[in-house]
Amino acid sequence: MIHYALTFAFACFGLGLLFNLYRIFVAPGVVDRVLALDTMVINIIALLVLYGITSHSGMYFEAALLFAMTGFVSTVAYCKFILRGDIIE
Amino acid sequence: MELIAETIISLLLVAAGVFGLVGSFGLLKLPDTMTRLHAPTKATSLGVGGVLIASMLYFWIFQGKLSWHELLITMFLFLTAPITANLIAKAHMHRYSKQIKLPDTGTDSGWATFEDETTEVHPVMTRTRAAPAPTKADH
Amino acid sequence: MLRKLFPHPYLTLLLVITWILLVNQLKLGSLIFALILGTIIPLITAPYWPDRPILRNPRAIVGYILIVLYDIVKSNFIVAGIVLFKPNSQLKTTWITIPIDLRTPEAITVLAGTITMTPGTLTADMSGDGKSLLIHCLHAPDPDAVRDEIKARYEARLMRIFE
Repeated sequence: MIHYALTFAFACFGLGLLFNLYRIFVAPGVVDRVLALDTMVINIIALLVLYGITSHSGMYFEAALLFAMTGFVSTVAYCKFILRGDIIE
Repeated sequence: MELIAETIISLLLVAAGVFGLVGSFGLLKLPDTMTRLHAPTKATSLGVGGVLIASMLYFWIFQGKLSWHELLITMFLFLTAPITANLIAKAHMHRYSKQIKLPDTGTDSGWATFEDETTEVHPVMTRTRAAPAPTKADH
Repeated sequence: MLRKLFPHPYLTLLLVITWILLVNQLKLGSLIFALILGTIIPLITAPYWPDRPILRNPRAIVGYILIVLYDIVKSNFIVAGIVLFKPNSQLKTTWITIPIDLRTPEAITVLAGTITMTPGTLTADMSGDGKSLLIHCLHAPDPDAVRDEIKARYEARLMRIFE
């Protein structure tokens, strides 16, 4: 049963990634692209953890944690750049 | 027992998948940037949270090792989601400040994003007492 | 003396918990190393945060976290329902100004984060003097009700914790 649920969750988050990719290409403004990138990072974290469950290994959590951190920092950097035209003042 | 655990984990995974998909779908469907900001910050928090709790339960019950650093990722995401949402909202307001009609602040000063950077603002929110004004004896 | 060694006891506690979570197993060695880290890092960074946050009522935090978690789950269902079943033309999005009585920066930060995570509302900005918050509502037929709920449900509780 878990196997089917895992496949379903994989499909959902993969489809979500595709939606985000579409939003990155077709967006009314740069802010939407940043938002889509942020959502993409969250979807990738979920996919990594799901992959960790299917392969019975705890190795992927470190990767997911690093992804969460770099994703947060990069979103903040993008927003700072839009707001101030500069990242480190 | 095994069956109950399996059912719970499967339900968590399916719910998480649905919420994650709704979050990404909202990004496509909702009409403008500010409303689009609502869908990912909320729906994906439960999406990823569900996946992480399911993984914790799975490793605990089926692999026999108690693993709790998923909690760390959940905590981190729950702490950072409001901050990114706030920053993206600020960036949007800054970029399209002409089109957006904002309500009045109700106080003397305007919204912080639109305040003039060159004028000096008094730090109103610190607990430390401000330095005393220079007197004649200082000169 | 104790105050000098642990300038920020809550930061020490947070660092210890984070390290234990990161190591992922409860051994004496990692606990000792966590304590060492939790002592050294606040000591080194103490000049950057000169005054410690005041928590008047730390036990009320547990209740607050439970309420917020419940609201996060509820908000997920509400927002998912709006995204899936409500046509865009029927959405009533509004901006709301909420005057806040909280004064400490930590309390205002927690309030802003809570508002973002809970049903259909999102903190967008704060006024320059820190006396009101700008909230964006996804679907709010009655903006005054939203304002009253935030003030009664979250701000009153934070008031008890922080001030």
